[in-house]
Amino acid sequence: MDHHPTNWGRPRDDRVDPYGTFPIHARPRPKEDAFGDAVKHTQQPIVTGSSVIGLKYKDGVMLAADNLASYGSLARYKDVQRLHPVGTSTILGAGGDMSDFQYIQHTLDSLIIEEFTYDDGNKLGPTEIYQYLSRIMYNRRSKMNPLWNSLVVGGIKSDGESFLGYVDLLGTTYQSPTIATGFGSYIAQPLLRNAVDEHPEPLTEEEALSIIQKCMKTLFYRDARSLNKYQVAKVTAEGVTISDPIEAPTVWGFAEGIRGYGAQTQ
Amino acid sequence: MSKAGFDFSNVIRNGFLEAKGIPLPKATSTGTTIVGCLFADGVVLGADTRATSGPIVADKNCEKIHFISENIRCCGAGTAADTEFTTAMISSNMELHALSTGRKPRVVTAMTMLKQLLFRYQGNIGAALVLGGVDDTGPNLFTVAPHGSTDKLPYVTMGSGSLAAMAIFETEWVAGLSRDAAIALVSKAVQAGIFNDLGSGSNVDVCIITKDRTDMLRNFLRPNEKVEKERRYKFARGTTDWKKDREIV
Repeated sequence: MDHHPTNWGRPRDDRVDPYGTFPIHARPRPKEDAFGDAVKHTQQPIVTGSSVIGLKYKDGVMLAADNLASYGSLARYKDVQRLHPVGTSTILGAGGDMSDFQYIQHTLDSLIIEEFTYDDGNKLGPTEIYQYLSRIMYNRRSKMNPLWNSLVVGGIKSDGESFLGYVDLLGTTYQSPTIATGFGSYIAQPLLRNAVDEHPEPLTEEEALSIIQKCMKTLFYRDARSLNKYQVAKVTAEGVTISDPIEAPTVWGFAEGIRGYGAQTQ
Repeated sequence: MSKAGFDFSNVIRNGFLEAKGIPLPKATSTGTTIVGCLFADGVVLGADTRATSGPIVADKNCEKIHFISENIRCCGAGTAADTEFTTAMISSNMELHALSTGRKPRVVTAMTMLKQLLFRYQGNIGAALVLGGVDDTGPNLFTVAPHGSTDKLPYVTMGSGSLAAMAIFETEWVAGLSRDAAIALVSKAVQAGIFNDLGSGSNVDVCIITKDRTDMLRNFLRPNEKVEKERRYKFARGTTDWKKDREIV
């Protein structure tokens, strides 16, 4: 029996408890059910990758990312490849939610295959992949259901010029000779900028590799969600290559003589 | 009547005010990149010179390397008033302590005074410090965090630009640097903070402390000087006409 006059003559709503204490002037409203749509929107990332770094050099672009997918503070998956070749002239690196990255990988692979079946001589290069991804990412953010990633797109364009761009979960995009996501933007970006920005000449392959190694080593020292096992991807006119996992040499002797954290001397 | 233990009555008062709609006033923060490193003959400290009040630069050329004693200096990051008053207080107490003991002041003394003060205030004093100096036990370098913890390390950075500066240190610091190499490294680290962190900017201050002397190089580098204007905007005499001319003596 529903005592509230505002509900007489209206269809019965069984989601509401009619004997709850409501102010008389307010119609009893059904409690909002977060899973009512059977779909969740705004999320949090669960299994995550950390930084991705990239820079342009003489022969093309180089990207690097470690092989770790963390589950919060647990180093859960230690052999994950976070660099993904797309077509023959683009590489995609991703930080953030790994399941969303896998969805993106699958979508892009299908896209490349579809382009191939048209057989019209057109190839999808880094600019096209970049535009496509930025549309997807911004569209998802506008639906309040983002793909929780920060992506680095690198490659060689059809005219031979190198390309390096960034797209993220908000749909933010920018292009730069050096890019670093996540913790890398605080730690690696200053190092990359020092190496690339002041240089009048583009870096050689050895120089580019050397600065990448320095950055990955420093990230391993200072990022608590990193791993000392990373891969370097290279895109040149010859194509896309992803290296085997590399371990950066680390130095711990600096603390040899130190005892305690303050006045302790022994 | 003195009550034992910590006094949090102001915290309660602030919570009450905030609930009434009066938020805590925004403190001037130093934003900041401060660094320190050990080298062959002692310690080199470095700092940028920008003080921010939210998104505004309040002071383009403030001094963040504070005097503790002749052979000890302290860089301060965090709330500007807190770093200023905390270091001044400890400096004053160090002088009294040195007179009382009849000995040259030691860095661990300043460090202990600082950490005991900051811990007592449970992090409410927003001072993150890089303390360095050379005393009878040798060169010493510490960081003191706002809650009172300390770290003893051969190279340290604090402030919003600390990650950029630490990246430089991690790639280039080695033990036993020469004086010039240490100054160059510290300048490079502070510049990484100045150019990559929005909370840091303007000039680089450097302070070199050795057994015999301390050199304070204020504005050692000025990589952000204002460019000279291309036009002269002064109006020539006679641009504006006048009707009366009267001399007042």
